[in-house]
Amino acid sequence: MLQFLHHAREFMPILLQGAWLTILVTLGSLLLSTVLGLVWAIMRVSGIPLLANMSAAIINLLRGIPIIVILFFLYFVMPDVGISLSALQAGILGLGIAYSAYQAENFRAGIEAVDPGQLEAARAMGMSWGLMMRRVVLPQAVKIVLPPYGNIMIMMLKDSSQASTITVAELALQGKLIATSTFQNATVFTLVALIYLVMCVPLILLVRHLEKGSKK
Amino acid sequence: MIEIRGLQKFFGTHQVLKGINASVSKGEVVCIIGPSGSGKSTILRCINGLESYSDGSIEIHGQRVDNKSPSIKAIRTEVAMVFQRFNLFPHRTVLENVIEGPVYVKGEQRETAIARARELLASVGLGEKENAHPPQLSGGQQQRVAIARALAMQPEAILFDEPTSALDPELVGEVLSVMRKLAEAGMTMVVVTHEMQFAREVADRVIFIDGGVIVEQGPSKEVLNNPQNPRTQDFLRRVLHPM
Repeated sequence: MLQFLHHAREFMPILLQGAWLTILVTLGSLLLSTVLGLVWAIMRVSGIPLLANMSAAIINLLRGIPIIVILFFLYFVMPDVGISLSALQAGILGLGIAYSAYQAENFRAGIEAVDPGQLEAARAMGMSWGLMMRRVVLPQAVKIVLPPYGNIMIMMLKDSSQASTITVAELALQGKLIATSTFQNATVFTLVALIYLVMCVPLILLVRHLEKGSKK
Repeated sequence: MIEIRGLQKFFGTHQVLKGINASVSKGEVVCIIGPSGSGKSTILRCINGLESYSDGSIEIHGQRVDNKSPSIKAIRTEVAMVFQRFNLFPHRTVLENVIEGPVYVKGEQRETAIARARELLASVGLGEKENAHPPQLSGGQQQRVAIARALAMQPEAILFDEPTSALDPELVGEVLSVMRKLAEAGMTMVVVTHEMQFAREVADRVIFIDGGVIVEQGPSKEVLNNPQNPRTQDFLRRVLHPM
């Protein structure tokens, strides 16, 4: 135990650097996936066949490709066509794009769960489609969408470790580097797991809070 | 002010409306009665463009109703609608529900809209409820808010789609009495309803629809007290004496 604490003190600064990058990747890709997901979802429910089909195709494409392959494409293939991204940029972009599909499906489910009577009332008072979305549909969809959104946040935090495959020195990669150089596998990966858990706890509490709120 | 000519409507291959001709003049109260599935509500929904129609025409002040055309917005601000299930916005307060259309659709000043909304809420007996949210109100109160919301648009006519059908029996009266007051104040109203008492006392004219056609229409007391067509007689007998 004493030895564990001793090693922990030694490894923590490096691991915390990794954790900081993990947070950066998670926040960046969360923002990107939310914006993109909202765009796909709005296209999907727009009632314009071209946009709806495009959105459906994009969502299925993204869902059908593993995140790791998207990351490899962005980091290793894009330079061939003259677009060089840093590992961090590629990581955020890749995770954000991959998760936008799940965000979109969540948002769409929320939008479609709004009572059709609400849409009729909005249209009957002369609202345009955009106004109806902004004033009537989205505010009600948000309440439905928030609890699953919290779950997606937790999944993204953990999946940010996939960015390690394209050399983003986030928590999982830092852990692996320390472990291979010190052979303290048990200590290092216990610490890594604990740090992930500590970062997840606030999110888990947030989800619980949101679920309570949405039942009202 | 509302002219309906040869109105036809299909849902898939099923023909719901088979050539409806009817007109409503300014200040008139018209009740549409008939069995469920006869197409009553569909007529209302065609009038303000919630449904498109297959053939014929609907004109409001000579302006053709076409829900693919931008002109539909102007028509909808002139012809308001009250729904069976109220359809108030649950995430907004009663007052916000009433000013929503005037402020965001018609671009009125917020203060003006609020002042009028308060008057309207008082007139439907809900002056104290302006800060409540719709789910906290009874069905009758919600429907009265919905009527205030319709009136806030300062429409020329209001369409009522079975406004009391979703209410507990003891709450029907409060909504009907608000509607009666409106009728007496000269509002043009088209009401799809099963409330024969209301139709008899308040409506100027009754239209009986069955199977997508107008079977009989005329002054309300004539149609309801002395129906000529056997189908009207049969329907009224079953509605008035269900046992």
